[in-house]
Amino acid sequence: MTYILIFISAVFVNNIVLSQFLGICPFLGVSKRIETALGMSGAVAFVMTIATIFTYIIQKSVLDPFHIGYLQTITYILIIAALVQLVEIILKKISPALYQALGVFLPLITTNCTILGVALLVIKKDFNLLESVVFAISTAVGFGLALILFAGIREQLSMVKVPKAMEGTPISLLTAGLLAMAFMGFAGIVK
Amino acid sequence: MNNSKLKIILNGLVTENPTFVLILGMCPTLATTSSAINGMSMGLATLFVLVGSNMAIALLKNVIPDKVRIPAYVVVIATFVSIVEMTMQAYLPALYESLGIFIPLIVVNCIVLGRAEAFAAKNTVFDSFLDGLGIGLGFTFALTLLGAIRELLGTGKTLGMIVFPEHYGMLIFVLAPGAFIALGYLIAAFNRLKKTN
Repeated sequence: MTYILIFISAVFVNNIVLSQFLGICPFLGVSKRIETALGMSGAVAFVMTIATIFTYIIQKSVLDPFHIGYLQTITYILIIAALVQLVEIILKKISPALYQALGVFLPLITTNCTILGVALLVIKKDFNLLESVVFAISTAVGFGLALILFAGIREQLSMVKVPKAMEGTPISLLTAGLLAMAFMGFAGIVK
Repeated sequence: MNNSKLKIILNGLVTENPTFVLILGMCPTLATTSSAINGMSMGLATLFVLVGSNMAIALLKNVIPDKVRIPAYVVVIATFVSIVEMTMQAYLPALYESLGIFIPLIVVNCIVLGRAEAFAAKNTVFDSFLDGLGIGLGFTFALTLLGAIRELLGTGKTLGMIVFPEHYGMLIFVLAPGAFIALGYLIAAFNRLKKTN
């Protein structure tokens, strides 16, 4: 039951993009077409799950026992950067097809704040390892959902005439605002 | 101070304003601006990291091998972020709580890494200091403005002072959707102003 609650909460109620404001850059940047949005969400889901597992283990087995919690930020970002490189190299070797699909998005992910954000949130919320993994996967699903919905709207929006000053980012932000308002309707499902 | 130095600062404040022109660092911009004071604190924290990392990278630019420069920059930035984090935790615990996870997330703020790569890696220490200051002030200004607008529309207060009764406020502006909408209109206004100039 806890796992279902974590899932619903992370996908709908506390959607990482629309209510936590993490990962806005890829949300605005790669959501012009549905295919790129799908590719990005896939890459994020992949890296987020692995990164959360790794950072969790390091936190519990290195940082906590030696009382060096103040190195958290620096350790996490290095783990994530190394991991992204590693995933890229491994994928290139064992699954060129997947690498082709995710390739462009992988390097971008190092500076995607959702990855570091989830790794930090998991520790803050005191989850155990399995809960953390469920949380990471559901957050990635929520990210993908927001990205794909937004890409769908933007594909329509590109055919509409918009006032000159509103073109580009401003109109995207307004659209995102309306989408966030729609997601607020989920508040209250899970407390 | 001569003209070219002043230009570096103005560049960050207006011409390359990170929020309104470059549209970088959107996550903290949207997340921490529920009030003017929160926005300003986030801006100042980023300003400190920007100035520190810009100067450190300008000092180290000849020592860092080109191939590993990005990881090296990230480590430098993370060091300054940890300093800010620990200082805030010690002296401003309430603020630290309300900004929460967004303090450590300054590490992945694209503005900081962007300035390291685009400016500090090519310029002198003093110029990099000015650039960090300019960009940081531009970011702080944008966040404070957005925070003030959201606070005023949402709760009828500015910096905690009551302007109109709270129940006339539109609560939506303090909540998530209001952040997107307010920033959207602000950027549109900035675009419009730039065109008329």
